[in-house]
Amino acid sequence: MSFLTFSLREKNELEKGGRSRLPVMADENEPSKECPNCHKSIPLSELWFNNSVCSCGHHFLMKARQHLRMLCDDGSFEEHFGDIASSDPLSFPDYPEKLSTTQSASRETEAVVCGRAAIGGQPCWLFVMEPYFMMGSMGTAVGERITCTFEAATVERLPVVGCTLSGGARMQEGLLSLMQMAKTCGALKKHSDAGLFYLTVLTDPTTGGVTASFAMGGDIILAEPEATVGFAGARVIEQTTHKTLPKTFQKSEFLLEHGFVDAIVPRSEQRELIAKLLLWHREEAQDE
Amino acid sequence: MSKAAFDIVQKARSNTRQTGLDYIHSIIPDFIELHGDRRYGDDASIVGGIGTLDGLPVTVIAIEKGHSAKERAMRNFGSPHPEGYRKALRLMKQAEKFHRPVICLVDTSGAYCGIGAEERGQGQAIAENLMEMMTLNTPIVSIVIGEGGSGGALALAVADRVWMLQSAIYSVISPEGCASILWKNAKLAAEAAGCLHLTAEDAYHYGIIEEIIQEDGRTTEELNAFIKQRLSDTIRKLRAEPELTEKRYARFRRIGAEPAALPELTEPQEEIDI
Repeated sequence: MSFLTFSLREKNELEKGGRSRLPVMADENEPSKECPNCHKSIPLSELWFNNSVCSCGHHFLMKARQHLRMLCDDGSFEEHFGDIASSDPLSFPDYPEKLSTTQSASRETEAVVCGRAAIGGQPCWLFVMEPYFMMGSMGTAVGERITCTFEAATVERLPVVGCTLSGGARMQEGLLSLMQMAKTCGALKKHSDAGLFYLTVLTDPTTGGVTASFAMGGDIILAEPEATVGFAGARVIEQTTHKTLPKTFQKSEFLLEHGFVDAIVPRSEQRELIAKLLLWHREEAQDE
Repeated sequence: MSKAAFDIVQKARSNTRQTGLDYIHSIIPDFIELHGDRRYGDDASIVGGIGTLDGLPVTVIAIEKGHSAKERAMRNFGSPHPEGYRKALRLMKQAEKFHRPVICLVDTSGAYCGIGAEERGQGQAIAENLMEMMTLNTPIVSIVIGEGGSGGALALAVADRVWMLQSAIYSVISPEGCASILWKNAKLAAEAAGCLHLTAEDAYHYGIIEEIIQEDGRTTEELNAFIKQRLSDTIRKLRAEPELTEKRYARFRRIGAEPAALPELTEPQEEIDI
């Protein structure tokens, strides 16, 4: 079975809880990928097995469903709001074609996957953004899915875990995209005012309108190692300020130093840490 | 179409236009400026303070671009740093405490893109304003008076009523930024301006704003008198409104809430790169 056929089966596997199954594809034709950090060539099956982390510690982009598979208890993930899709409200040039190409390439209907699951036995609502769908850009459907996730969590009095990844607001939907920043922030504020817990994991890259809205709204904000997290793009800042930026600029470590994230957590430790934090924030624990 | 939109962009950016402080001095002549975010510093690109509107104490926050070259540099051309947004939030919280309505005047090409701004959490500052403004228990009216540049504008526009001046713009990205991303050519800004639907008429059409304030056929004095009257009437109405913050959330909640038809996923054209 090729890697491609495997990845196409992924969605159903996840819903059935086929978490432990590995891609069977170790042959001489197997495609590999070069690590930008240590330049080692890594077969894709090995990358898949290691949650897209190189042995040197470099974190590659990871598909939303792979991240969910990594975090959620076997068979516990139920997808919700997957029927909310984007239209082309502005009749923006080439946008319908772009949507259709990116949908085919990512096998997702939109740039975020939302649902309900358990992590370490603790029930929660989750959203994970998808890098292969226009780099996680936020249009109306992304805003609506995330808003619905917060609202559902508020009704059920459950925490929300959100893995952010985004180039920012989706310009092809204009002001309607911009307004999703306010909408999602409103939903998360209501969730927070209800005394409920929201944890974010900032992944590479989290920028623009997503950084300036729900990504920075977590009670606890974790970040993956060396993830780019910022408001403005580094290129724009270089053009505006005419300064060369240091390599560490807008990396997770930079945010930690400046007080904007709680901790940097590699993928291998996320599940255990999030499970513990959910346990400590469960409502029964607060009243004990 | 594109040309018409870009003409409005240029009007919105013109340095002969009234700025935030011009409106404040005309509408709230007894305005007292209050400085600083109590955390880091005072950002000159955001002016905030208190004054009275037809006898009612109000909090006013405006992004100020300045007129002369010197003044514009001092105001950082109306591009706020995080401390500006934090000052605005401090003044809004103060307004809530003393039951004062809040008026925001928005005029920025965007929140500042710089090293210090990132070090001090530009994204976090904007995010906090969006969250806190949504539940601020006092009326908020925001008016886009010139440029409404993306998140940096929205950070002062989570309001019960959002109005735009006739030749103001409100956009998710600048036409130049959009053109350079889409077509790798910032010179196609005029085309991008048309595509982005960033005029007051567009914003009204898409249900983003409640009112367009006509500028044509009015002198500056008439325009300011009109805005003053509209603000005064609206704020008095909003003060009597029950469940104000619920309605504010509902105002934003409905934007982009009608789901489109779900696409049929076809076989992928290219291999997924994990």
